[in-house]
Amino acid sequence: MVESVIERITRGHFWDFHGGIHPPEQKMLTASKPIKQLALPKQLIIPLQQHIGREGDLLVKIGDKVLKGQALTLSTNPMVVPIHAPTSGTISAIKMSVIAHPSGLSQLCVFLDVDGEDTWRKKTVCADIEQLSNSEIIEKIADAGIAGMGGAGFPTHIKVNSKTDINFLIINGAECEPYITADDLLMMEQSNAIVDGIKILDKLLTPNFILIAIEDNKPKAIKALQQATAAIEKIKVCVVPTKYPAGGEKQLIQILTGQEVPSGRLPIHTGIVMQNIATCFAINDAVRHDIPLIRRVVTVTGQALNKPQNVWALLGTPINFLLKQCDVQAIENEQQPVIMGGPMMGFSVSSELVPIVKTSNCILVPSKTEMPSAFEKESKEVECIRCGQCSDVCPSQLLPQELQWSAKAKDYPQLEKLNLSDCIDCGACAYVCPSQIPLVHYYRIAKAEIRQQQQLDLKAEKAKTRFEARNLRLEKEKTARQEKHKKAAAARKAAMNIATPEATGAKSAVAAALARVKAKKAAQSQSQSQASTAEAQKNLAQSNELATEATNPVDEQKTEVAAAIARAKAKRILKQEAANKPISSNEGVKQTVTAQLEVSQPPSNDDKKAIIAAAIAKAKAKKLSKAADAVKSVNLAESTAAEKAVNLTDKKAKIAAAIAKAKSKALAKKANQETPITTAEDIHLEKIKAVRVESKDESDSKANAAADKKIRISAAIAKAKAKKKLKEARNLAGTVKNNDQDSG
Amino acid sequence: MTDYLLLLVGTVLVNNFVLVQFLGLCPFMGVSSRTETAIGMSFATIFVMTLASLLSYLVTTYLLVPLDLEYLTTMSFILVIAVVVQFTEMVVHKTSASLYRLLGIFLPLITTNCAVLGVALLNLRQQHSFFESIIYGFGASLGFSLVLIMFSAMREKLANADVPAPFKGTAIAMITAGLMSLAFLGFTGLVKI
Amino acid sequence: MNILLAILVLGSIAAIFGALLGYASVRFKVDADPIVEQLDDLLPQTQCGQCGYPGCKPYAQAVADGEAINKCAPGGEDTIKKIADLMGVEVQPLDESHVQGDTTASNRPKVAFIIEEDCIGCTKCIQACPVDAIIGAAKQMHTIIIDECTGCDLCVAPCPVDCIEMRELPDTIHNWQWDLTSIPVKQLD
Repeated sequence: MVESVIERITRGHFWDFHGGIHPPEQKMLTASKPIKQLALPKQLIIPLQQHIGREGDLLVKIGDKVLKGQALTLSTNPMVVPIHAPTSGTISAIKMSVIAHPSGLSQLCVFLDVDGEDTWRKKTVCADIEQLSNSEIIEKIADAGIAGMGGAGFPTHIKVNSKTDINFLIINGAECEPYITADDLLMMEQSNAIVDGIKILDKLLTPNFILIAIEDNKPKAIKALQQATAAIEKIKVCVVPTKYPAGGEKQLIQILTGQEVPSGRLPIHTGIVMQNIATCFAINDAVRHDIPLIRRVVTVTGQALNKPQNVWALLGTPINFLLKQCDVQAIENEQQPVIMGGPMMGFSVSSELVPIVKTSNCILVPSKTEMPSAFEKESKEVECIRCGQCSDVCPSQLLPQELQWSAKAKDYPQLEKLNLSDCIDCGACAYVCPSQIPLVHYYRIAKAEIRQQQQLDLKAEKAKTRFEARNLRLEKEKTARQEKHKKAAAARKAAMNIATPEATGAKSAVAAALARVKAKKAAQSQSQSQASTAEAQKNLAQSNELATEATNPVDEQKTEVAAAIARAKAKRILKQEAANKPISSNEGVKQTVTAQLEVSQPPSNDDKKAIIAAAIAKAKAKKLSKAADAVKSVNLAESTAAEKAVNLTDKKAKIAAAIAKAKSKALAKKANQETPITTAEDIHLEKIKAVRVESKDESDSKANAAADKKIRISAAIAKAKAKKKLKEARNLAGTVKNNDQDSG
Repeated sequence: MTDYLLLLVGTVLVNNFVLVQFLGLCPFMGVSSRTETAIGMSFATIFVMTLASLLSYLVTTYLLVPLDLEYLTTMSFILVIAVVVQFTEMVVHKTSASLYRLLGIFLPLITTNCAVLGVALLNLRQQHSFFESIIYGFGASLGFSLVLIMFSAMREKLANADVPAPFKGTAIAMITAGLMSLAFLGFTGLVKI
Repeated sequence: MNILLAILVLGSIAAIFGALLGYASVRFKVDADPIVEQLDDLLPQTQCGQCGYPGCKPYAQAVADGEAINKCAPGGEDTIKKIADLMGVEVQPLDESHVQGDTTASNRPKVAFIIEEDCIGCTKCIQACPVDAIIGAAKQMHTIIIDECTGCDLCVAPCPVDCIEMRELPDTIHNWQWDLTSIPVKQLD
């Protein structure tokens, strides 16, 4: 079968693909002029990602001097292709900038201020590629940052690192899109270098045959390549008829071999690899001369230019520099569209600072007479008349009209049934549409939607597995904890039985604490209403005293725990008390504030724990008083707070007091004046932050990290409580308001 | 043999239950918005109608006529149909849960599909034999399925088409059904029974 | 006599059919309801609990048992439509009472963000996160793994210092959507 394919090719007979169109070529604008070498631009903008895949890790930082060809990013993953400095200079910025993408969105770019010296880094020229192993060549290709230069930008080193048997290596020089002559000129001028690049690919892939496909509208390029390959039996230059989109990967394979690549499969599955002409040239540069991919031929064309021409552009060259070099007629006209890529598949760029990247082959600046539709803001789309011309020209044999209905109705399952994924975005359907429906755009939107939906589904799937894994883990932890508790209990029992002196001590301490707690509980349960309030307050004070006075190091912690329990209980009782009492007025809150302000500075005491405990207790007391909102309980709470404060010292206590004050102020404000919640919240957050900064400084001077942490914790606790209180206060305000309304 | 074939073709095309005799319009409009559902409904209906015509023949011939209880025909037919539908529902639920969900309320509604009762009664009126009854029931359901699936395919296209606003939805579906009915009238004269 | 016969005949027919159905109901008994799995696949798996159930799977179970289909706030109208399709019921508008937070906020995907200088390392958010998308340890600053965050909001409330906020994901070229204002393609003269 292969033989017959070759026979046909030698006879010059080719297959045909379905559909296709013959738009005006417009290649004469640039085809006859040599590729121009440009002066260095002042600044280059080099996007970190210029291909399909992901961006590499940055190797440079702002202010670094880089040499020409020096790598700027590092590849950590096969889908990552590095970028290189196109010339020597200084990195002036690394920031987001508009890139060559139809969205006009920004991406991370390296800004390189060109020094004009164009100094190369050290190059290791390889005279004889036969000495290199395949993996060395592939490594060189990967390090040179080569990605498919035809349009998609697929990393080349992946494509050439194929394990399967390759039947055909196809070199795509069809260049079917109107206006573009970049590959044409490259073939004319650099045919030997291209053939050298093909030889490297031959060594890597060892295909049975190598076919160079060129459309018959490029006679000079055909001649040049035929001469360059005359001595090589394996390489055949195939002159294919001109038809758009003959340069599409699957279409070109069909023209040359008659094989159709099945939907959803890659050419590699049928033993075919395709490479672009410019990529072959870049491979040669990279492997033989150690020149990474830092420049490419760009067709700068369109009738709005006085000197349309192919140029050697450094990657990262801003478009406006290229346009100036080609003498653009009316750059001041804001309406002037600038299209990146060809007229069929390109997109208008949103900024003239968009840089040239590895995949940009053409800059099109049409005049108004040349492409009036590009100047129109609104689409001239009218209803579909069901003429069916779109399906006649579709090179993928899809049903563009059906696709259009489904795309408009967002019927994505149906679109998938209609094989939207096989659409190559060639634009032939939109080109022939008499109703001027921008069909491709509908497909692009739908494709993006489908892709996003797939991503979401993937994410949901991932979330689900993570959720289930977490539940499993929690379950495991729970059982593990239960096991541990069981074991600990058993160990305790054993320890008790042994009854060492230490164990006895601990036991007695615990027992004592338990007894205390029980006694308190009993006392509380007996007392009623008013009495219980007083009792609780007393308990609170007592327990606090206990905490501060604790001298016995063994007992200290236990008493503290006991005190905390007692406090908690007192609090609860107080709350109940408050609930029983009707809300009299907001006066209570105000009084709290005044009382708080009057707290005097206590004498000296060094125990830090006591200070923190006191601060917490104070905050709690305040909360209680507020919740109660009755003058009596407020006073009681205040007095306790004041009492406690007497035992305190140190700046930290003051800070705690300040926090408390700030909070209560904010609260009072809110409750009374119905000030916008956000303001009050902001104020108190700010204050707390300020306090934290203060305390931080202090602790620095003291070099006491532990104390600092504790303060911060207490501040956080206070903040948390403030949050809670805020809510309560808000509710309170609401109630008061309602009461007012009722009475009114 | 030719008679049976003629009867079948006649029932499917010429005397189509939906478009010519206007029976079973409820599921025809209700389940035709998606082809997938329509196909499921079609299979369920074929099963129910064929079985119902068979059973109703047996009940009439061997129970009601000998006992001289012809006035119970309708009542017993409804009983038969209800049982067959229930049975189908169980089978569908067991075999294909998604089809069960897709058919939703329409599956039990086959009970009230007048085409099913119509088949049983028409069998009786036209004094069909045992095999004729089965073929008549099968043909009727086949015709129903054919029209339902065709109509649902058209409605799927209509859903995405740019229909003038007042005609959107059921209105354009009705017009389509009318045009289909006209087209099916063209089969008259194809077969004479 | 005739009436008795009629009753007898109908009764016996009914009895026979009843027995048949009884047998069928045993024979064709459906054990598990595979619909739950399908429903679970439709739900967005944020595990946010806004529907009132402790995760997506329990809600799927509830929907299969006849719970209202319009309680999934993160899924929005799309999910409701899909559930309606699957269940063969009418599409209902989203039940607003199950939407937490600002309902007027845009529908764009959000992820949680921890303001790291305010984080006190309390691990409360880690315990709240249903998909383990927060890393950190006690008294260590925490942070969110953006790629894993489902934007469920559950970590915002437990934070004692209010240092977690929901932020919209920025537009990137990976999630960007085409619009129609691009170059029209046209015949050139």
